[in-house]
Amino acid sequence: MSEFIQLVVAGLTTGSFYALVALGYTMVYGIVRLINFAHGDIFMVGAFIGWTVLTAVAASHMPWGIGLLLALILAMLLTGGIGVVIERFAYQPLLSAPPLSILITALGVSIALENGVLLIFGAGFNTYPHLIGSEGFMLGGAHITNIQVGIIVLSFLLMGGLYLFVHHTFIGTAMRALAVDRDAARLMGINVERVIQITFFLGSSLAAVAGVMEGLYYTEINFFMGFVVGLRAFTAAVLGGIGNIPGAMAGGLLIGLLEAFSAGYISSRWTDVIVFLVLIGTLVIKPTGLFGERVVERM
Amino acid sequence: MTLLNVEGLQVGYGKVEVLHGIGLTVGTGEIVALLGSNGAGKTTTLRTLSGLEPARGGKVMLDGQAITNLPAHKIAALGLAHVPERRRLFAPLTVEENLKLGGYLIRNQQAELKRRIDAMYVLFPRLLERRLQLAGTLSGGEQQMVAIARALILQPKLLVLDEPSMGLAPLVVRSIFAIIKRLRDQGMGILLVEQNARQTLKIADRAYVLENGGIMLEGDAATLAQDRRVQAAYLGGAAAA
Repeated sequence: MSEFIQLVVAGLTTGSFYALVALGYTMVYGIVRLINFAHGDIFMVGAFIGWTVLTAVAASHMPWGIGLLLALILAMLLTGGIGVVIERFAYQPLLSAPPLSILITALGVSIALENGVLLIFGAGFNTYPHLIGSEGFMLGGAHITNIQVGIIVLSFLLMGGLYLFVHHTFIGTAMRALAVDRDAARLMGINVERVIQITFFLGSSLAAVAGVMEGLYYTEINFFMGFVVGLRAFTAAVLGGIGNIPGAMAGGLLIGLLEAFSAGYISSRWTDVIVFLVLIGTLVIKPTGLFGERVVERM
Repeated sequence: MTLLNVEGLQVGYGKVEVLHGIGLTVGTGEIVALLGSNGAGKTTTLRTLSGLEPARGGKVMLDGQAITNLPAHKIAALGLAHVPERRRLFAPLTVEENLKLGGYLIRNQQAELKRRIDAMYVLFPRLLERRLQLAGTLSGGEQQMVAIARALILQPKLLVLDEPSMGLAPLVVRSIFAIIKRLRDQGMGILLVEQNARQTLKIADRAYVLENGGIMLEGDAATLAQDRRVQAAYLGGAAAA
């Protein structure tokens, strides 16, 4: 039982990373039908911005709580900004081009981001300052760390906030409208380009939070870290039904749990095999993903 | 007073030119019909007016202001509302959300927006019953009401409708046309694209006939209804009912 609880908490923790990153994939796909292959690297960039801020904080006399908040906020704003710039210069000119062009551009952006970080920060591992120790508490015989709790709570708050934003604000409603019919949205007076930029900003800043949290949790980051997380988060988005926001959240948490259980009860070497088998299984049985559904338009 | 003035409008897709320099006008308080067979360029004309397709030549003036090739959201802000072919509702959103999006540009004036949405529920009482239902689950007639209501929220000067009668029962078409007439009587300019020429010529004040990307005929609706060429092409024996 204690092992089970341990695995659930570990799974929810990593699942939170995947869920936050998966949201970016799914929102962008929902709106511009682009699989943003650079999104995993956006997550990585967020981790490095957070690292830069936290390293400066650790060297100063700032209380760690404020420093952490500062790191999260700066990482969100700057990474969100980078997402907007990428959209503006790399994707926007290609929005009406054949889909393959924009897909290849996304791969190019991914390579550019990885190599940019490689140039600035080097190829080795950068260690996050130990601001939060591994203290924790016992729950049903399992040792839960404070940072795990913090990650899970913050992720759920962000996901809840995003859900409210998308369903209860005008911009959020415009995002959903845009996902259904871009031309009709234009006719409503919606500045479609602006809403797309906001979407990239939100997706990128959520990924940045995940990046900072991953840095705090695993303590080491590296320019290549976005690849694996990006792939699993993408899997999570597809599993939940790409384009579907609650689906990406559930998909991310599910992949995290799956990963923890397969590592705990079978072997961590089988993790990817199991994760992708579940993906393939889902796609065979329910190609639209767990939450995806088609809305029939009546004539 | 002239509300919409189109001169020498040229539009094309790729190497194919679809509209070869057409001209038309719509005044305040009049219904102008744009007739023509499938593929004549009617929908392209409307999409270009509202900024969804770029014009290659010519100019479009709305209420004295050039709107040629402005982005669609700016044209909407200037007072041209377009009810597109097949209605194009946001099907997974509720009726009320669809109407709210119609008022996207006045989203910061919450009280005013609510007042205007309530006015739409008065104009289309059926929509009040359905307000929390997903738009995609409504009947065709109700969907057309949402599409029109959504376009009216911004209180446009010119309302452009692309085949509002498509796929609707005759009774529903009649009530939709009655609302269009009422809007005209309130001073709105209306440009109406229809395949259903007989019924359209009955409510229109003037009409243009578009063939192969050019205006072939124009004139009073009543005169055109008597025109032998129009009768042969659009009001033919088979269509008489």
